[in-house]
Amino acid sequence: MSTPETRGSEARGARLSVLKTYKLYIGGKFPRSESGRVYEVTDAQGQWLANAPLASRKDARDAVVAARKAFAGWSGATAYNRGQVLYRVAEMLEGRREQFAAEVAAADGLPAAKAREVTDAAIDRWVWYAGWSDKVAQVVGGANPVAGPFFNLSTPEPTGVVAVLAPRRSSLLGLVSVLAPVIVTGNTAVLVTSHTAPLPALSLAEVLATSDLPGGVVNILSGDTAELARPLAAHRDVNALDLAGADGELAAELEAAAAENLKRVLRPAPGADDWSADPGLARMTPFLETKTVWHPVGA
Amino acid sequence: MTDPVAPSAASKLFAYAPAPESRAVVDIAPSYGLFIDGEFREAAAGKVFKTLAPATEEVLSEVAHGGADDVEAAVRAAREAFGPWSALPGAERAKYLFRIARIIQERSRELAVLETLDNGKPIRETRDADLPLVAAHFFYHAGWADKLSYAGLGPDPRPLGVAAQVIPWNFPLLMLAWKIAPALAAGNTVVLKPAETTPLSALFFADICRQAGLPKGVVNIVTGDGATGAALVAHPDVNKVAFTGSTAVGKEIARTVAGTDKRLTLELGGKGANIVFDDAPLDQAVEGIVSGIFFNQGQVCCAGSRLLVQESVHDEVLDALKRRLATLRVGDPLDKNTDVGAINSAEQLARITELADSGEREGAERWSVPCELPGRGYWFAPTVFTGVGQTHRIAREEIFGPVLSVLTFRTPDEAVAKANNTPYGLSAGIWTEKGSRILDMAGRLRAGVVWANTFNKFDPTSPFGGYKESGYGREGGRHGLEAYLEHA
Repeated sequence: MSTPETRGSEARGARLSVLKTYKLYIGGKFPRSESGRVYEVTDAQGQWLANAPLASRKDARDAVVAARKAFAGWSGATAYNRGQVLYRVAEMLEGRREQFAAEVAAADGLPAAKAREVTDAAIDRWVWYAGWSDKVAQVVGGANPVAGPFFNLSTPEPTGVVAVLAPRRSSLLGLVSVLAPVIVTGNTAVLVTSHTAPLPALSLAEVLATSDLPGGVVNILSGDTAELARPLAAHRDVNALDLAGADGELAAELEAAAAENLKRVLRPAPGADDWSADPGLARMTPFLETKTVWHPVGA
Repeated sequence: MTDPVAPSAASKLFAYAPAPESRAVVDIAPSYGLFIDGEFREAAAGKVFKTLAPATEEVLSEVAHGGADDVEAAVRAAREAFGPWSALPGAERAKYLFRIARIIQERSRELAVLETLDNGKPIRETRDADLPLVAAHFFYHAGWADKLSYAGLGPDPRPLGVAAQVIPWNFPLLMLAWKIAPALAAGNTVVLKPAETTPLSALFFADICRQAGLPKGVVNIVTGDGATGAALVAHPDVNKVAFTGSTAVGKEIARTVAGTDKRLTLELGGKGANIVFDDAPLDQAVEGIVSGIFFNQGQVCCAGSRLLVQESVHDEVLDALKRRLATLRVGDPLDKNTDVGAINSAEQLARITELADSGEREGAERWSVPCELPGRGYWFAPTVFTGVGQTHRIAREEIFGPVLSVLTFRTPDEAVAKANNTPYGLSAGIWTEKGSRILDMAGRLRAGVVWANTFNKFDPTSPFGGYKESGYGREGGRHGLEAYLEHA
């Protein structure tokens, strides 16, 4: 574990710490940006924490390809299986609880105790969503009593590849609160991290990679939000867009671009910086399609 | 091989005598105004347009052409009505909707004849499909008005406000019902813009609202053209936009709404695949193919316009299909024996004609029902293209007419791949006797409505709407209410 105080410091005669090279997460692999670019990430006091990849439009397109490739398998997995995989993610998060608390403290500028509290809430949120995998269909689907001799059933299905702009603040709890609901129902995700606080998200990739989550189900890009969001919003093979991390003007521009192939768009909610409240179904249903199947009844 | 559709002695023997439905049941006024704040009024700019009977090109009436000022007045009326309407106990709103449902039932023959005149669709369909579904839609949603806390949006969900609703010409009154019934049940007020070529049934509905005693301003009808609809959806005091129509216009509306707080649902185009396996009950499948693409002259967003037939039964299915199509009666929509009526407008006929011609040019084989078409009005003989490739325009673009494109497949995987090879995702059909295959296919088809061993069935309890570029949101059922409510 490295903290801002020890990172890069050798003055106190302490052991020289091993710094982490933060990388993107695409298709289950950890590439650098194809552009070769990085940018400096600092803590809330402006002190250097790390260099993060400054992902490019090409990285975004590669991530979409990976997410599309993973969609059939992930959406076709049983709900029980998806639930167990998500629960496994929570187990891995729990194992790295101290690491995440430190990263959250640095990223969000929180005192250590508060950072631990937020980290615990993030892990608990992930567990909460894991349990939804095999319940959401019963809650939002069901039989329809049509006026005729037909069996008629409505079932929710994942919409496909979802581009998610993670909240600009709340680098872990906010992140988990937008990512878990997208994938628990069978979608695959291309997630753009908070520009200023990308490190917890890039570390989450390491958790996902060791949690039985198939490669490509979640792809994580750090960089300039607008630079990455524009090609994702315009991408013809992206089905939906979560604008949680976009400010008003950018959100409007992206929503207009998303109209080109009628992406499902979840607008940023006013006052959405508080991620502690019970999220309900509101972040799952926007990325679900309702399929209704009819069949005649008769001998 | 003998021609499967050569006129036989039997078909001559059993020729039908004309059986026209009486027009006397409906009294169309020479002109109609906009329905705003409970009153009919002329358009502020005094503009009017004519609405025609597409079967005869007869002018039915002259209708006010609403402009920006009229939209303004209608939205203002709806806004003023919203407070009291949304504050009514749900049980009271329910009773208004029950009244409307009952009056529609009472006046259903009149409305069926009116719709057939203005739209060109057969009286058999307006009488037996459109009108019963319209009444059922109001009856179903009436019961929701005092049960919204059970709609899955938490206790006491709130209406959105003023709903701007723009509907198409293919099912004018039914699309009105799909829009207005859930909006009112949830406590919203509405401004509805009917299609330019089919304004009359919405104006008759305005009269039904008056008969039902609906408070003024709760329902406002602004007739006009595309510009009228654009002004309505762009109006800043609208909280909700609901549109049914073409994908191109739907995208334009999505751009208009971007960056606002308006909620949006879109029910757009389709290119539905109707998939027939070699073990299907072929006679039933042929009936399903026919109703899938020739119901309402194929002017149906969820039409089964691409027939995917398993290669081994291609010839058998096509022979049976052509035999069946030769028995369709094309002509006077008011004749109770008519199966296929008129195309809704000259513009739509031109589009169908152009796309069908492209099918020939691109190398598909064209076959049309050998039938005599009336000399006046807008007509297109039911047409089947065989040898269609996936790249042909008639396999990719929505024709919205009585034109079926036939493709083949060998394996279920190939059928799924071809069926899903479209930006649309509204409907699909599956014909097979094997239950496990139905469920497998139904799960893999990316479409909002899947009909297995049936096609083109609708019900107010059954959510309807598309995947991908067929739009978003659902209409009907509990799901449809979500489009008009928000968490408390």
